[in-house]
Amino acid sequence: MSLRALGADTAARLRAAESLNAVLHWSEAHLEHEAARLEAGPLGPLGGMPVAVKDNIVTLDLPTTCASRILEGYVSPYEATAIRRLRAAGGMVAAKTNLDEFAMGSSTEHSAFGRVHHPLDPALVPGGSSGGSGALVAAGVVPAALGSETGGSVRQPAAFCGVVGVKPSYGRVSRFGLVAFGSSLDCISVFGRTVSDAARVLSAISGEDPRDATTLAEPPMPVPEPRADLKGLTIGLPKEYFPPDLDPGVRAGMDRAIARIRDLGARTVEVSLPHSPYAVPTYYILAPAEASANLARYDGVRYGPPRPAGLPDVRALYQATRGHGFGPEVRRRILIGTYVLSAGYYEAYYGKAQRMRARIADDFSQVFATGIDLLFTPTTPTPAFRAGEKTEDPVQMYLADIFVCAVSLAGLPGMSLPIGRSGGLPIGGQLIAPYGADGPMLAAAAALERGLDPTEEVR
Amino acid sequence: MTWETVIGLEVHVQLGTRTKMFCGCAALYGEDPNTNVCPVCLGLPGALPAPNAEAIALGTRAALALNCTVHPVSIFARKNYFYPDLPKGYQISQFDRPLATGGRLVIESPERGTLEVGITRLHLEEDAGKSIHDRFPGLTAVDLNRAGVPLAEIVSEPDLRSPGEARAYLTALKQVLVYAGAGDCSMEKGHLRVDGNISVRRRGETRLGTKTEVKNVNSFANIERALISERDRQIALLEAGGRVTQVTMLFNAASGQVRPMRSKEESHDYRYFPDPDLPPLVLPPEWVETQRQALPELPGAKIARLESQYGLPGYDARVLAGEVALADYYEATVAAGADPKAAANWVMTEVMTAWNETGSLPVPAASLGALITLVKDGTLSLQAAKKVFAEVRSSGGEPRGVAERLGLIQVRDESALEEWVDAVVAAHPDEVARYRAGETKLVGFLVGQIMKRSQGKADPKGVQPVLLRRLQS
Repeated sequence: MSLRALGADTAARLRAAESLNAVLHWSEAHLEHEAARLEAGPLGPLGGMPVAVKDNIVTLDLPTTCASRILEGYVSPYEATAIRRLRAAGGMVAAKTNLDEFAMGSSTEHSAFGRVHHPLDPALVPGGSSGGSGALVAAGVVPAALGSETGGSVRQPAAFCGVVGVKPSYGRVSRFGLVAFGSSLDCISVFGRTVSDAARVLSAISGEDPRDATTLAEPPMPVPEPRADLKGLTIGLPKEYFPPDLDPGVRAGMDRAIARIRDLGARTVEVSLPHSPYAVPTYYILAPAEASANLARYDGVRYGPPRPAGLPDVRALYQATRGHGFGPEVRRRILIGTYVLSAGYYEAYYGKAQRMRARIADDFSQVFATGIDLLFTPTTPTPAFRAGEKTEDPVQMYLADIFVCAVSLAGLPGMSLPIGRSGGLPIGGQLIAPYGADGPMLAAAAALERGLDPTEEVR
Repeated sequence: MTWETVIGLEVHVQLGTRTKMFCGCAALYGEDPNTNVCPVCLGLPGALPAPNAEAIALGTRAALALNCTVHPVSIFARKNYFYPDLPKGYQISQFDRPLATGGRLVIESPERGTLEVGITRLHLEEDAGKSIHDRFPGLTAVDLNRAGVPLAEIVSEPDLRSPGEARAYLTALKQVLVYAGAGDCSMEKGHLRVDGNISVRRRGETRLGTKTEVKNVNSFANIERALISERDRQIALLEAGGRVTQVTMLFNAASGQVRPMRSKEESHDYRYFPDPDLPPLVLPPEWVETQRQALPELPGAKIARLESQYGLPGYDARVLAGEVALADYYEATVAAGADPKAAANWVMTEVMTAWNETGSLPVPAASLGALITLVKDGTLSLQAAKKVFAEVRSSGGEPRGVAERLGLIQVRDESALEEWVDAVVAAHPDEVARYRAGETKLVGFLVGQIMKRSQGKADPKGVQPVLLRRLQS
């Protein structure tokens, strides 16, 4: 297929998938422009692959709104490093995808521009916050998409949608141009229809960036060679991630996948990550704390929605801009974050959470030091849930990320792989690797991917 | 009742880097508004700070010049507050882990002489933009050229005991920072800003009184005036049985008075926390050592050396060390053969006047050295030398040649001197008669007349014997 035909085909697929509400910005003209650009230059390693981009990563040709009224119509005057690299490697920016406002949520219901529907059942959520990107890949619109993770926002929707979702080591991909939520946790991450697609895109966007002081001082990650089997590997099964109340379908899927892991030649051992149960509360102190500062810039002074007339002073401008511009979940997290950093509360909340974060990370280090190569856990405690089911109870919503938060706090690479279905809904299994071992994780995932039929019912 | 004043100062110094603290924008002064800006210093969504190595080096040199301990690990923190000229809604600063602590600075107190003032800490931070309230009626304009410019904040211990000492501290601080190459410290450009913390207590009391903060002061003279005004206000309040409350006072240069800031403008909870965009700043000891090596001789050491090496009085040494350029020029002049004390006199008068007028050095040091030597060996009178200096300054040239061209070389030839002496004796018969009658002090008058007639060319040492011989004949 020519690049122009590929662009037109992608446009047709985007149009056909409009009912998902997974996309915030796209146009045929833009796709034609991307195709023409790719035709004009040497075809990079991605060979024109259409890639959808979460709408919290800044692009020059399409707006970047973070699914927030406060950035409605905002077009960035500069391009994210990851986008520059993606395009230079022959990626076609296909569309900007819907998300929970400022990436705050686990269901993509907290978008100012309407919720995203699950491709298999519109009454269900696709997970979040990168639900638009996950749904588009699952619906076969694009082979890969960029999302972002702060506490599982790619792995969790990947599990719900039945696609591959890879969160790299913190610092593997530049955050320059990723609109900040929780800076010490934020990672541009990748959805793929297959492990290979995800790995190729991750390789293209990875590498040190002088404009992000937290990037890993390493050249771009090579595309890992897939393993034929898992011989010689020891895979740890952390007991805290297999609680008694785990959804039976998820448990059955894990049982089958663990059996397959052994069939492929790996040894499995039970291990313990005793502080992982504290990951969600720790995360919900640290991420909002950072967010409360990161979102302070949306003050209506330099950009944002048109200024209402007749404001008496700058305080009124702030109140009008932020009061109307931010949705309830964002406001909730800014308030939590402001509270935990306040004089007199800092030590009790932020300080304590920082110490807990160190313990959570230390658990992983200790386990990996005993000769464990990878960890394997369920990605989510349940398959996709119904829209509206958890919106009234933020804590229930937060607990959807119970198995993904610890990896984010530890800065480790982790990924969700579709391992089967329960009641027709996808189930994800999570692989976790030591810091920097993104490549070996993806190589092992490729072997497991070949050994499992992700559409097979497990019970 | 006598009172003791206790003052500590917080000084913000703009580091003299080419670019801003966390982006590549030029750190230039006086450009058109909002021209030196980029996504990073505008705080656009997704932009991230990348630390400027030059700013860290200059901050480190400033800290070392102030005898601080530079810490191997320091941490950038976010200071959160809303203000229209603060693009990110927080300022990147350092809080509980500053770059350097525990320094000291020697100052010349007007009341207590030479003394050491403790430096509590020096930390790095970025500047905010500028809010301009008088450009558009009823509106505030924001210029973000200054946003992100690197600053060092230097906090002193409460070791100062008078407004005059505060001023002396600032003078010494500025001198050390300029020597260290940290920045130009120009108050006019806002490159040095001062906030003062001041309290008073009864003499003999060891506990500190309640302090207030004095802000908005734009010159060293005004910081002294502002502190005097605030000190007097506190003393009057206490003597009237009142109590000092912790407030921020704004100085009004026109009235010379301070007034309390509205309470709405203060009482921030800045919610400091480590900036997750910036890893801890790690400075290996070897790197710190190279910064120490890069420091030039600092004012204290230079003053001591000028005194011992050239036998100069302390006053001369301090004046010359006031500007590195003048001290260097002085030493070059001596190296060109000039007498050290004579050279100091020239540099502190003619040269410094020219330097203050134009900001540049008037004649090459070698020329001044040669000129001073011509005076010393009697070739030129001091008066003639000043003419030569002015001519070399305006038109260039080599001093001896210029002196010859202007006919200023002193004449010692006896027959030439006799001609002038005879003419003067002939022209002043009354004075000559009175001299001969015993009024010997008239010699001075007659020598003056001879110098005048010779247009300063006659060698005064040669004139006297010829004149006396003629008067006694």
